Order: sequence, then structure tokens, then C-alpha cells
Amino acid sequence: MRALVKVGVIVVGGLALRRFLLPSGRHGPWQRAPLMRREPRWHVVTVNPARDELTPDSPLPEPLAGLGDAVDVQIRRAPADRGIELAVRLRDGAQSPVTAGARRLAGRDPNQAIRAALREAKQLLETGEVLHPDSPPTTQTTAVNKPLQMATRQGRREGRL
Amino acid sequence: MKALLWQGVNDLSVDEVPDPTMRNEQDAIIRVRKTATCGSDLHLLGGYNPFMERGDVLGHEFLGEVVEVGPQVRKHKVGDRVVVCSFVSCGRCWYCQQQQYSLCDNGNTNPAITENVWGFAPGGCYGYSHALGGFAGSHAEYIRVPYADQGAFTVPDGVSDERALFASDAAPTGWMGADLGGVKAGDVVAVWGAGGVGQMAARAAVLLGAERVIIIDRFANRLQMAEKYLGVEALNYQTQDVGGELLERSGGRGPDVCIEAVGMESHSTGPQYLYDQVKQQLRLESDRPIAAREAIYHCRKGGSVFLLGVFANLVDKFPLGALMNKGLTLRGAQQHGHRYIPMLLERMARGDLVTEHLATHTMPLDEAPQGYNMFKNKLDGCVRAVFEPAR
Ligand SMILES: NC(=O)c1ccc[n+]([C@@H]2O[C@H](COP(=O)([O-])OP(=O)(O)OC[C@H]3O[C@@H](n4cnc5c(N)ncnc54)[C@H](O)[C@@H]3O)[C@@H](O)[C@H]2O)c1
Ligand SMILES: [Zn+2]
Ligand SMILES: [Zn+2]
Repeated sequence: MRALVKVGVIVVGGLALRRFLLPSGRHGPWQRAPLMRREPRWHVVTVNPARDELTPDSPLPEPLAGLGDAVDVQIRRAPADRGIELAVRLRDGAQSPVTAGARRLAGRDPNQAIRAALREAKQLLETGEVLHPDSPPTTQTTAVNKPLQMATRQGRREGRL
Repeated sequence: MKALLWQGVNDLSVDEVPDPTMRNEQDAIIRVRKTATCGSDLHLLGGYNPFMERGDVLGHEFLGEVVEVGPQVRKHKVGDRVVVCSFVSCGRCWYCQQQQYSLCDNGNTNPAITENVWGFAPGGCYGYSHALGGFAGSHAEYIRVPYADQGAFTVPDGVSDERALFASDAAPTGWMGADLGGVKAGDVVAVWGAGGVGQMAARAAVLLGAERVIIIDRFANRLQMAEKYLGVEALNYQTQDVGGELLERSGGRGPDVCIEAVGMESHSTGPQYLYDQVKQQLRLESDRPIAAREAIYHCRKGGSVFLLGVFANLVDKFPLGALMNKGLTLRGAQQHGHRYIPMLLERMARGDLVTEHLATHTMPLDEAPQGYNMFKNKLDGCVRAVFEPAR
């Protein structure tokens, strides 16, 4: 039974990791296929800034400013008490899926940079710092740990944002 | 330093690991005095969470002494005796400001995993896999506490370490179940599971004014403990008819609030136990929701069901028909401890809330693998094993 549990866990782990590593927007088998899009989509976070640090006329918060001319940025008020919406999209026009996939494997997918910049800008505005993971790690890089370690290195660069 | 490490499914060891370091200006480093086992750890130990790495430090219910603070820490200084909420929350995002601290937008450094699996990412948790941030756990000599002003709470002088320890996780979790489950004066409340979490939920229901509180389990020692220390009634599902008893004790109406404090490894005397075990082992469902099914079935019309037990992903044979046709309200959450801990410490100081009976077995950290064996298999009446790294 124990062997079965282990195999099961690895299968689930493999599935979960594969799913985690799939480009966002692609869904599990029980969900509908994503709509075809021509335009790159807006990546949006809602920020609850500490004071009136951010208004629709503010200069771009770090680290979004670092993305330079490659992106369009919108800053708008969220409804009710929900804060400020920060929206970013690639200016270049859509990339072909082949190029996007290759860049992603090489860790140079611009959408990854956008997600990380948005999450970090939000943290800076809300808490004044970007939260870092524990270091040095207590785990070692082994064949079993490696896939998850690779995935978590991308922690803020992936996901549905 | 020494720490208890997850080495694989049902495989733990105590080994040397590097000391934690300050990573942010709002961090503190705590020397751990007491750190407890929790039912949630069993789900990691049993291999139900695929996001563990060999070498991860377990533990998230702890108390200790501040030994280092970052330049942005205002509330704490070296030497403070603190109990720390098991969840890592920033205190300033919209969710934290709504007091839904475990939903914090900023406390998890790996949001991608849970965003993909659940749609959105909750906050982080110590020693609770890389899906919840990969933070090292508390079964160690030292631990890093991010957002220390938010998550660490100074323990009042009159409250012992033994009592305050459970203000970290079990007590706020139980309180949340009764509070957000909507317990009010005159209610009949049923709680499934008489572990640390279920016991604390039952006590919270009493303190929130419930007329009758009935706790359900099969371990006689846990049920007796609940009767003795919490002032609640017990029900043994192995020897008594749960449905009949609940009807009789609630005037035929059924409990107003049903709190599930069992989680994904639920047990049962009926054939569904075998059914769910087989499906779980074959990975056709990730969780066995037996107590959750029962809570929904036995709840009164229009009543409320709160899931405190941890579930990972997908379940089977979920009674949506009963939920919909009886007009139930179903909620669940990881604990919003920051919201309750100061009030719980006050109640502990007044003697309203006693918790130390949960620590049935206290031992040095070196013996933690044996402690987990006792806790997992409920040997020798173990309810919580507590480790003392300095011993
Ligand atoms: N929501 C949160 O933030 C939070 C925090 C802490 C723990 N938890 C979860 O709460 C659950 C309980 O934790 P614990 O530390 O008390 O665990 P525990 O293992 O000590 O206790 C669980 C109890 O449930 C009983 N049980 C099993 N099947 C049952 C059934 N069908 N009916 C009634 N009782 C049954 C067991 O006999 C046991 O006494 C776990 O799933 C844990 O992960 C959640
Ligand atoms: Zn816990
Ligand atoms: Zn927050």
C-alpha cells in the first residue's frame, strides 16, 4: 500500500507540476478551451496602497517603471473601497505561440516579467517591501526535489495573473 | 541548528540544517520554546500534498522568544515572549484589512501553484509545503517570522507557555469555525472531530452562547477530555447512533451549526470508508470528505456548516442535493488567527479558555519522529505532541 501511495503521489505531483508549468490561460481537461485572442491580454492587480501613494496620475511605481516602453500601463480607481487597479499589457502585439513557448523555456517570456513586476509593485505599495523566501534553504537539490525547485523559482512569474 | 525534516512519505528525521537568516526588514528571528503537532501535518506526512521537498522543516504551531528583529519591526524587541500565528499575512492588503488574514495577497512567495490549482492564492503558512510559500517550519531551534509586527503576539505575563502555545493555531482555528459559522445564543452546535481543533471549536461555541454543544469522535479519551475541560456533551460515532442522538438532543430540529474539524483523512465505520480509501489511493479523489458529508446531512434546514478540516482538492459523492434543498450555508477557511489571537490570550489570562490539556506528550525535539508516530496513530491517548528544542 505504501508503494502505491508513493506512486500515486508522484503521479499527482507530476500532473500538478505539469499543470503548473502550462502557460496560464490553458485549462484542465474538464474546463472549456480558452477563447482565441488576438491582442495580448491585460494583466491586472488591485492594490490597497498605504496612503494616497497611488492615484491615476501617479508616476509608474517601481518595478513597473523598469519594464519601460515594452508595455502599456493603466492605473485606475477600483470600485468602492477596493483600492487602485494596476493594469499592464505587452505593447508589441501578440507573439506567435512557438516563439512564446521557446522564450518561456529560456526564462525570457515578457509575460513572466510583467507578472513579477506587478506582484512586486503591489507588495511595495502595500507593505513597503518585497517578501523574500527563506534562505538558505533546508532542502538539498536532489532528483526528487529538482522539478519543484525549478517551479518555485518561477513562483511570482507564473500563475493566472 | 537541529530541525525535524520531512524526508518523504511517512519518513521524518531530526538533522542539522542552516540557521534561518533575516530576509526582510519586517522579519524577526524567534528561538522556539514549544512547538506542537497539528492534524494538518498528518496530511503532509501521509503524502497528500505533492508540493513537499525532502528536507522541508515541519511545524506551524509555536511559541518562543524574540532573538533578533529587523529595522522595521516596531512592536517587538529582543527577549519578548511571543506566540506566532501559523499563517503568514502582511496585515495591509485588502484581505488582511477585511480581517481575512489567511487570504493575504502578499504572504505567499509562490502564488503560482495555488493560483493554478484553486484559482487564487491564499497567504503563506510555516512548514506547510511550497504551495503555501515554502517557509521553514517551527520544529527547529530557531525560525524566521516575516511581518513580525503582524504575526507575533506578546504573551501576557499571567499566561503559561503551555496554555499560550495553542493560541498559535488550534484555538484561533476553532474560534473562527464557531464565529464565522454564525454560532449565537440558543444554538445547538455539533462538532465533528475531537482533536485540538474540534475541541477548541466546541469551547468557542460554548463561549459564544450556544445552548448545547455536542462533540463527535470515536476516541473515548478525547471525548472524556472534552466533557471534562470544555463543558460540552460527547457522542461516540462507533458506539452510538449519531443521527438519532442529534435529533433527540436538538428537539428534532437538527443542529443549527455543524462544524467539521476532521479534514481529508476522515474515518468511518460504514462502507463509505473503504470506498473513499480506494478512490483516494487510486488518486480518483484527493480527499475523503466523510465527516463533511455527515455534517451536511445532519444539519438543520437553513443551518450553517463550517469546514475547518483541511481539504486539498477534489472530492467525490458530495451531497450538493442536501446542501441546496435544505438551504444550507457552507463555508470554510484556513484560520484568520491575527483576528482572534489578542482576544484569545485575554481569555486565557482570565481562565475562560484552557488549552494545556491538549499537550498530552511533551518531549525534546530529538524525539519528534516518535512523537509524530504517537500522534498519527493516536497511541497512548496522544492529542498533541509538543516538542521543546532547547531541552
Ligand atoms: N482551517 C485551519 O486553519 C486549520 C488549522 C489547523 C488544523 N486544521 C485541520 O483541522 C483538522 C483537525 O485537526 P486536529 O489537529 O484536530 O487533528 P487530529 O488528527 O488530532 O483530530 C482529528 C479527529 O477527527 C476524528 N475523526 C476522524 N473521522 C471522523 C468522523 N468521520 N467523524 C468524527 N470524527 C472523526 C479523529 O478520530 C480525530 O480525533 C485537520 O484536517 C487539520 O488539517 C485546519
Ligand atoms: Zn495547524
Ligand atoms: Zn495581507
